[in-house]
Order: sequence, then structure tokens, then C-alpha cells
Amino acid sequence: MIGFLVFVVGSLLASLFLSFTNWNALSKPQFIGLKNYAKLFFDDPLFWKSVKVTALYSLSIPLNLVFGLLIAVLLNQKIKGLGLFRTIYYLPSVIVGVAVSLLWVWIFNPRFGIFNLFLAQVFGIQGPAWLADETWVIPALIIMSLWGVGGPMLIYLAALQNVPTSYYEAAIVDGANAWQRFLRITVPMISPVILFNLIMGIIQSFQVFTPAYVMTDGGPNHGSLMYVLYLYRHAFQWYRMGYAAAQAWILFVLILGMTLVVLRSSAAWVYYESRK
Amino acid sequence: MSSTTLVHYYERQSFKRRITLAFVYLALTAGAVVILAPFIWMLSTAVKVPGTEFIYPPQLFTRPLRWNNFSDGWTALPFTRWFFNTSVITLLSVTGAVTSSSLVAYGFARLEFPGRTALFVILLSTMMLPFHVRLIPMFITFRFLGWIDTYLPLIVPFFFGGVPFFIFLVRQFFLTIPLEMEDAAAIDGAGVFTSFVLIILPLSRPVLGVVGVFAFIRVWNDFLEPLIYLHSMDKMTLSLGLRFFQDQDFTDWTSLMAVSIIVLVPSVALFFVAQKYYIHGVVTTGIKG
Repeated sequence: MIGFLVFVVGSLLASLFLSFTNWNALSKPQFIGLKNYAKLFFDDPLFWKSVKVTALYSLSIPLNLVFGLLIAVLLNQKIKGLGLFRTIYYLPSVIVGVAVSLLWVWIFNPRFGIFNLFLAQVFGIQGPAWLADETWVIPALIIMSLWGVGGPMLIYLAALQNVPTSYYEAAIVDGANAWQRFLRITVPMISPVILFNLIMGIIQSFQVFTPAYVMTDGGPNHGSLMYVLYLYRHAFQWYRMGYAAAQAWILFVLILGMTLVVLRSSAAWVYYESRK
Repeated sequence: MSSTTLVHYYERQSFKRRITLAFVYLALTAGAVVILAPFIWMLSTAVKVPGTEFIYPPQLFTRPLRWNNFSDGWTALPFTRWFFNTSVITLLSVTGAVTSSSLVAYGFARLEFPGRTALFVILLSTMMLPFHVRLIPMFITFRFLGWIDTYLPLIVPFFFGGVPFFIFLVRQFFLTIPLEMEDAAAIDGAGVFTSFVLIILPLSRPVLGVVGVFAFIRVWNDFLEPLIYLHSMDKMTLSLGLRFFQDQDFTDWTSLMAVSIIVLVPSVALFFVAQKYYIHGVVTTGIKG
């Protein structure tokens, strides 16, 4: 336990200290105050580009929340083969990493990939160049992230199964239709896990690295320069450790801030049964 | 009164219900096809004659099926070596994760010590920390220790209880084990450590299995850390090695897909074996987290 605290808290403080220094990882760190932060905010257009790209990518959070819930609701209709469907939908969440990223490069291949073939044959649309197109590269990564919708879905499903049937029956007696029951019973009852999935979504989507590195290397024209990829370049390609530490701390404050905002707002929309 | 309303309701609904169900099955099946399509596409490419993946329009499963892509791809690069490396790293990390998380979790679940609650809250809040804030100091520490281009940075943190999520999972399970058994053991003269090893651990096989599977999938497929710490060709992992099929202007897709399938098989197989417990683990941390 002590070992754990040393690892975590110690490394946090160390990176805070480093963020005030100019350090190439070889010579002695040189204290430069807030200069790293000043440069990031006012003199590094690529930093803002990486923030923009990451913000755009975070559109995947609401999409994952909605699709996850939709599938979970369908699965919760007392159907046969629940286990099989659940396994299929969850399967992509088991296999994250390089193999999957490379698979999606091939899927998004504009000419020989299955995605544009699907668009052409089913909708008669000529698909874009996806990963090779600055405009479409982030949408492509979002589509790929939706493949992992099984993660949030699984958590919704378990929560749905915990909602007592008697609540729905009482609502039926009172004449509520299916949509009203969903909005007035289902959503409030599972709101704590919506909150959980939302926070996990924020944390995960702001830290995406592997797809951006493996699939596009931040390109084309920095169109997929995700925040952590830019951080990685400073730290481990250019050995500007102080600068990268400043980036890491900005990311930390950003995620923490958003999590706190979500948590504070949650008092208004999350329903805890035990606190009636 | 209310029960008659319900009966009426269900009678009226039975026809409508069937229509709804048909729609539900249709939507779920369509969704399942979409989810499975990338896997099928992967397999279809893996058994194509090299070169024919660039025939337009793309075809699924063209004859002849070329199963040799699996062995050809595997031997085109030192994958046997990388497989061995990845296995060693993964097995040691999994051992570390299971041992240390059960010890720390036991402390939180059973031992009374000052500041226990505060420590536990700190532990939980570190689950929220972006991993990348810790990445740089850890890299510097490991470089200072001379551990760059060795497996130590990938393995040792797991022995120090490095994953709060696992500790949380195991602690929740320990709390469900009734205290009576340990009380009885204490009367028979068993100490804290004895009852941990002889009572708690054997009862906790399911949750320890889940931690093991989680750790396995995570380490086996990890990319960023091997990328940072391992530099020599002969020390690399499978994740790093797969990229060598990809070139600036040419990618050998048939070999890449074939070898990718081999790389993914252990994770998928483990998931299927441990599925029941695994899903339970995800759900526990999700709902009570």
C-alpha cells in the first residue's frame, strides 16, 4: 500500500515539478517557472489543434451513451438468446489494441475496404477517403469507437435488470404508455450508471493514443493529432520532458474539471434510491 | 381492481408484444451482423491469396482459401520470439497483479488501521487519474534505475499493487465473505496470515480469476508502454511487432490479418472461458463504482 502511494502520489508531484522546468532528460532540469504553460497556451498552434481534435473526438461519448442504452434496452425485452447477443456485442471490447487499429485501417481503405463497399452497395454512396481525409479522419475514429459500445451496454443492461417489475406494473395501472414508462421509471432508475458511463467515457476518450499513433500518426495534416499523441511526441520523440509534463498536467486538470462539473450537475439529474 | 387492469393490459398487449418482439429480434440481429462484420472481414482477408485483396470490387471468401498465410506471416518476422516475450511479460504481470491486489484488498477489507477509510478514498480517486500524468515520472524513474529496454518497467509495477481498479474489485468480494469462518479459525489459533491463505484465498477464486483475465487482456494487448520502454527488435512484444507489416506505401494485408488473428486468439479464448465471472466483474465495478 505504501509502495502504491509512493508510486502514484510521488509521480504526480514529480510531474508537477517537471512541468516548471526545461529538461531534455539528459542534463540537469532547469527551472523556468510558468514558461512551458505560457508557450503551450500562447505560442503553440499545434497544442490548440490537438485540443480541438480531441474535443471533436469526444462526440463519441454521447454517441456511445445513447447506442449503449438503446442496445441494452432491446436486450432487456425478455428475449431468447440473451447470452449470445450479449457476448457478441461485448466481444469487441475484449480486443483493444494494435491488431484492432490495423484491422480498421483496412476496413476504412477507401477502395478495397469493407466500409465503403457497404456504403456503396447499401446506400449507393461513394464513401470518402476516411483516414486519408483531414475532415473524415475523426469521424472514422468515432465510428471505430462505437464498435466498443458493448462496454457501456453491459453496465446498462445489469442496471436495467435491477429495476423492479412492480414499478412498471404500477405505472401500467396508472395508464402510462411505454415511452412514459421509459422516461419516468427506466431513466431515473438507471441514472447512476448513466453518470458512471459518462465519466468513464470522458476519461477514456481524452486519453486515446493507440489508434491515432498506429492508424494515422496524427495525420493527415494533423487532423487526428489527439492530445496524448502530441504529448507522447514531446516526451518520447523530442525528449522535452518538462514541456510534456506541463501538457500532462493540463490534461489532468481538464479531465478533473469536467468530471467535477458532471458530478455537481448530477445532483440535479441522478436519482439515488437510498436517498429518497 | 389493479390486478384486473393488469390482466386486461397484458391481454390487449399480447399481439402488440409479438410485433414488438419481432422488431427487437430484427434490430438485434442486424446490430450483431454489424458488430461481427469486422471479424468476418478480417478472416476473409487472412485467407486470400496475397495480392487478391486488391481486386475491385472487394469479395468475401474467394477460392482458393489460402491457410498458409498464417504460417507464412508468422515466419516472415520474428513472431515466435515476440510471442515468447509477450508471454513472459504477461504471465509475470498477471501473477503480480493477482498477488498484490489480493494482499492490499485484504488489508482494506479486514485489518483495522488508522486512516483506512481515507486511504481507500485516495485509492478510488486515483482510478480517475489520467495514466499519462504518471507516465513521464515513471519513465524517468525507470531510466534512472537503468531499466530501459528491459521488461522490468512493464512487470514490476504490478507487484506493487499498481492497479486500483483490481484492488477495488477484490475488496468488494472479500467483504461478502462472512467473518464467522475467520473467527472460528482464530479460536483454533490461526493468525491473520494463515486465515488469509487458508480461508479467504480459496474462497476468492472467482474474483482472482477475473483480475487475472483483466490483467492478461490488458498486458497482452498493451501498446504504449512497450513502445516507450522496449527498443531492441529481439525484446519487442507482439503488439509492437505487428506494425512491421505496415509500410509507408505497401501493407501486406493478408499476412497482417492472419497474424492479427493469432495474436487476438488468446484474449478471446480467455474471455469465453471466464465469461460468466468476467461480465460479473465488469458489472460490479460499474454499478457500485
